[in-house]
Amino acid sequence: MANHKFDVIVVGAGPAGTACALTAAKAGLDVLLIERGEYPGAKNVMGGVLYRKQLEELVPEFWNEAPVERPIVEQRFWMLGEESLFDMGYKGMEWSQAPYNNFTVLRAKFDQWFAGKAMEAGAILVTETVVKECLVENGKVIGVRTDRPDGDVYADVVVLADGVNSLLGKQLGFHKELKPEEVALAAMEVLDLPAERIEDRFRLEPNQGCTVEIFGDGTKGIVGTAFLYTNKDSINIGVGTTLSGLIKSRMRPYDLLEYVKNHSMIRPYIKDAKPAEYAAHLIPEGGYNSIPKLVGNGVMVCGDAAQLVNGIHREGSNMAMTSGRLAAETICLAKQANDFSENMLDSYRKNLMNSFVGRDLEKYKNATHTFENYPQYFNEYIPFVNRAASEFFTVDGTPKRDKQKKIMSSMFEGRGKWATIQDLYRAWKVMK
Amino acid sequence: MSAVPKTNTLEDKQYTLRFKCDTESHLQVLDYDVCANQCPDKLCTLFCPGEVYKWEGTRMQVGYEGCHECGSCRIGCPHENIKWEYPKGGHGIVFRMA
Repeated sequence: MANHKFDVIVVGAGPAGTACALTAAKAGLDVLLIERGEYPGAKNVMGGVLYRKQLEELVPEFWNEAPVERPIVEQRFWMLGEESLFDMGYKGMEWSQAPYNNFTVLRAKFDQWFAGKAMEAGAILVTETVVKECLVENGKVIGVRTDRPDGDVYADVVVLADGVNSLLGKQLGFHKELKPEEVALAAMEVLDLPAERIEDRFRLEPNQGCTVEIFGDGTKGIVGTAFLYTNKDSINIGVGTTLSGLIKSRMRPYDLLEYVKNHSMIRPYIKDAKPAEYAAHLIPEGGYNSIPKLVGNGVMVCGDAAQLVNGIHREGSNMAMTSGRLAAETICLAKQANDFSENMLDSYRKNLMNSFVGRDLEKYKNATHTFENYPQYFNEYIPFVNRAASEFFTVDGTPKRDKQKKIMSSMFEGRGKWATIQDLYRAWKVMK
Repeated sequence: MSAVPKTNTLEDKQYTLRFKCDTESHLQVLDYDVCANQCPDKLCTLFCPGEVYKWEGTRMQVGYEGCHECGSCRIGCPHENIKWEYPKGGHGIVFRMA
């Protein structure tokens, strides 16, 4: 591949890179998509929720052909106590039919299918190839050096979709080394369980799915969440916490995962399910304030490499796809102008920050940080909600008004009235 | 408890995975003396999801073969004492589902 110069080289065949390669190839550009795994998806991990809207913009009615698991009709939120849970959620049949809202997916299958779409559009996929560094000449990225013999390849634009660790972005000085509070470490398992049993346990009909986000005792007070997602005939269960919180607590991630699996509120859902795969991965959690430099001369950054994850709403792969698409659209304009300077490519950054991606990240820019610095939300309020519900719904001859009083005073007892009001105001402020 | 999936140990969990091992490590401890003398907590032996790092009394052992390539050790090492690269193309962990 030494002498050929591509229009675009995309590093990483995940949602961001493949979306970029697909969009650019559809526009007629000459695209090389480089993946270090044996196949696209071999290195990729996700809890499992894929949103419909942003993929539909790339592949209309993809649900008729893509290997999706179940459309989600119910999203539950559990506030978990040690031996209890406070359950909230929403289930709606509008999500059970096209165009759907979101789906569970298994990434190894999904990413291969998605990369196949880019190849159908004309992109060239090369797997089992690590990009070791960007080739830079006169302040401009002109290609990449791979770990293949004679592995230098050249292009007008290099798109870094190389994932959360983005060693290439670091090489270019686009970001400093990540800090432990900027990433979450997620450990998960895929557990095989026959479809009928999943449907019975989660009150579903065939081709309907349920997601459960679990706050509180599942992370033993560390900032993070656990989750339980239904696939066709398997369940994804996992727990993700900030790396800084995990380090501080001195817990092993797989011990925390075992704790979640054996929790009395969770155990019945996964009873008799057969472990099929264990996986760990980092999630960028730094949000808006951790977004690196996104554009340089001849280079752009997309997806996890650009820290595009909305941890509060567990969105990431959709933001990755949008970033990849927007990058490709800018490259097409750059190609017409034959100008691949930072100035020209900067319209990608502008479009991204004006889209839902930039605006949502901006909205929640202080959220993760706040919950990490004020652990009372996880350590005090979630147990309080459980105690309050237990108190209120236990019939023991106490008049209801007395019960209410007792609950209110126990709320203020722990932290004091003023601190409680401050806590509530702070939470409202970072979420509003 | 018996009804819960019995992958209680990390060994059981790792056994569900496919690894295409390289012959050389993609993870390097830069200075073994730092682990021995300046790092009493050896937190990498706790937070690494694949238990790649094991303290063997006098020296840090790096079992790179079971690495998930997550990057936690590089970010979490308080002494920035780990050189972290990707395994050679096509090598390392191969997820079949997740």
